[in-house]
Amino acid sequence: MIDFGFNLAPSSAVNLDEIDLSRYRALLRMEPDARICMGCGSCTATCTAGPFSGMSVRKVLLALERGQHVEVNRMLEGCMLCGKCMMVCPRGINTRHLILSLCRIKQEENYD
Amino acid sequence: MARKKASKKTEGRVVVIGAGVAGLTAARELLALGYEVVLLEQADRPGGHVAQWYKLFPDMSPTAPILEDLLSGVREAKLLCGVEIASIGRLGDGFNLILTSGTAISCSAVLVATGFRLFEARRKEEYGYGVYDQVMTNQDLERWFATGQDPRITGRDIRRAGFVHCVGSRDEKAGNTQCSKVCCITAIKQAIELKERFPQAEIWCFYMDLRLFGKKYEDFYIHAQRDCGIHFIRGRVSEVSEAIDGRVIVKAEDTLSGRPVKVSLDMLVLMSGMVCNPGIHALAGSLSLSVDADGFLRSRDNILHLNDSGQPGVFYAGAVTGPKTVPETLAEARSAALAIHRYLRGL
Amino acid sequence: MIYQGKQKIWSDYQKEIPADHWFYVRSCIRQSFFPGSERQFLAISRDLLGHDIYETAHHTTCGGIAYHSDVIPQETAMTIVARQFALMTEAGYRNLVASCITSFGNYTETLETWREFPELEARVREHLWKACRREFEKPEYVAHASDLIYKYRGEIAARAKFRLVDKATGEPLRVVEHIGCHYSKMFPHKGVGGAEYPCVLSGMAEAWGGQVIDYPERRHCCGFGFRQYLVKANRGYSLSNTHKKFESMEPFHPDLIITNCPGCPYFLDRWQYVISEQTGKTYGRNGYGIPVLTYEELAGLVLGVDPWDLGLQIHQVAVEPLLDKMGVPYDPARKYLGLNEKEIMRPGLPSVLRCC
Repeated sequence: MIDFGFNLAPSSAVNLDEIDLSRYRALLRMEPDARICMGCGSCTATCTAGPFSGMSVRKVLLALERGQHVEVNRMLEGCMLCGKCMMVCPRGINTRHLILSLCRIKQEENYD
Repeated sequence: MARKKASKKTEGRVVVIGAGVAGLTAARELLALGYEVVLLEQADRPGGHVAQWYKLFPDMSPTAPILEDLLSGVREAKLLCGVEIASIGRLGDGFNLILTSGTAISCSAVLVATGFRLFEARRKEEYGYGVYDQVMTNQDLERWFATGQDPRITGRDIRRAGFVHCVGSRDEKAGNTQCSKVCCITAIKQAIELKERFPQAEIWCFYMDLRLFGKKYEDFYIHAQRDCGIHFIRGRVSEVSEAIDGRVIVKAEDTLSGRPVKVSLDMLVLMSGMVCNPGIHALAGSLSLSVDADGFLRSRDNILHLNDSGQPGVFYAGAVTGPKTVPETLAEARSAALAIHRYLRGL
Repeated sequence: MIYQGKQKIWSDYQKEIPADHWFYVRSCIRQSFFPGSERQFLAISRDLLGHDIYETAHHTTCGGIAYHSDVIPQETAMTIVARQFALMTEAGYRNLVASCITSFGNYTETLETWREFPELEARVREHLWKACRREFEKPEYVAHASDLIYKYRGEIAARAKFRLVDKATGEPLRVVEHIGCHYSKMFPHKGVGGAEYPCVLSGMAEAWGGQVIDYPERRHCCGFGFRQYLVKANRGYSLSNTHKKFESMEPFHPDLIITNCPGCPYFLDRWQYVISEQTGKTYGRNGYGIPVLTYEELAGLVLGVDPWDLGLQIHQVAVEPLLDKMGVPYDPARKYLGLNEKEIMRPGLPSVLRCC
């Protein structure tokens, strides 16, 4: 192939027509409350691990809804399961339980 | 009845301009206070925008019984529909109006209840209203709810739909910097109704801020998220185009994830905002009423004297002074009737 | 698509274009990229339709390319523009027509800036006087050359030897129109049809028998973007934007693309080769690309000018499939003969993109 010295650049745009939402839907079956996040960021603000590990419950939910699985996996590994996010959520989402459910889904995927 | 008869003696005729919900409510209260009321309506029938709406939040109340109730209260008023005002001027302590038909009406006080007009969505050219087949407005969708007739929906299986908030509101380029106030909750209401009609549909709302201030509005929001699975994307739609299969393609930024998003939809609803009914501006000139920077008429002040135009004998009710919900408009119309009463009694 | 809806918008953006007496300023780069185009503009407006189009050898670049590449500040660009106005004034003209979209944008932006900030105009007048002792009147009308061809489109159609119709099937050719960003995205009211649905090129295509395609990425930039292309490290962005457009128009099977900008046809044409080398993909039928023409070249073809006299052999993407569809005769043996039948060099053939 000819080396032009430049290439087609990858796009960061999310095409909602093409993303894989199977994981998101699996989570909704286990955790219907995942839908009622309003993106306030209280969870992230209070997170003991996030500032060091990049974890953010708000971003995990958003990335899941946008089919960004690599980001979700990376963030899940940074959760220390302390549950402090659960205490501050104004919508009363059981965030800790939600993370555990998501981990379970991820684990089952790996067994497939 | 006896009390009503007694108050009939109250001096004065009041002209109410606009027979929408503001005008109708104020007329009813003025009649109860014993005034003679002339209701002027430009359209062929009373009811204003509410007459064209199917259901109202927050209780999903059908509009027909509400209008019926309001109309039943103004039977004793003189209701003139399909009329336009040719001129208005002061005559002694009162006013003299001449209609384009030649009819002259004199009165002691005027209530301006001319309301709003929906922002003309085709002016946001990038959204393609009137150009792309599957783009409609909130008003079009409401009409479909009421009649079931719209070529964009009737006979189709809607699988993917979108709502664009703030069309022509909070938009300096469109000439409207103000929030239209009711569009957020209307979008959520309509999204829920659409979901009820098409339970398989995925629905996205594109918003800049969600302004859900009223009673039960937050419940609507949670209901839309939890029970209807409606997706909310915080980002303003930048551009709409049409795919080869006739679907609309919407581009926006998901500002919460910081990524551009793109989605193909079977239909897109533009939440047209409120602008002041432009017909009132000529009238405002002849009565020396001041117009605010947002194009709506300016009250004497926005706390104590919302109904007061600042010109003796001229009063305001409803969306002529800015975007309002129906309950706010009704409350303001009742208070306008009292303000007129105080004025005519010299209180 | 609701065609009447577009017509309604077009009626909001009609600009006044006098037919005659224009001072013509050329583009810096078009004569090397599309050597027959500007000549064809003059042939149509001056020789065929008998209009008065004046040009002078003293005019220079408008400075737009340097301005948009952040090489010179706006005040310098404005002073260069002021000198062009001075040449126009000295020649006794009041209407200025630019061959280049960025020039058109630059002239318009300068005039609009002066309207908002008259003190800047005064300063630029002073700069010009100090630099070359010239004075100027502002033009009464500023047009892009495509505005004029748009205005003449009916007269061209009346004289057409070939139409944008597939000779074999009788179907209209499917035309993608691409408008240069600086035409009306900055000042929608300065362009025919506005910024969202410009009709300057679609009007020509329809007048000459074609069917215009409105594909999802129609409004998107060709990818040139000045710094995206000029800085090699960014060049992938330029390529990616073009790629995005081709991916979007592909399902509509366009027969040709017409453009009114110096950069767009260059990139839409040349990048088809680079994309084919990098991805193995071509967008025309049978391994060909989609021919990309300037509006003057297209007008020339419609009027029956020999394709090799229009300079179409300089294009990367072979135009022969389009010529065959339109029924335009051509002599393959003359393709690489230049002025006075002198042999010009033949290009090497790409490995993927089919050329004749």
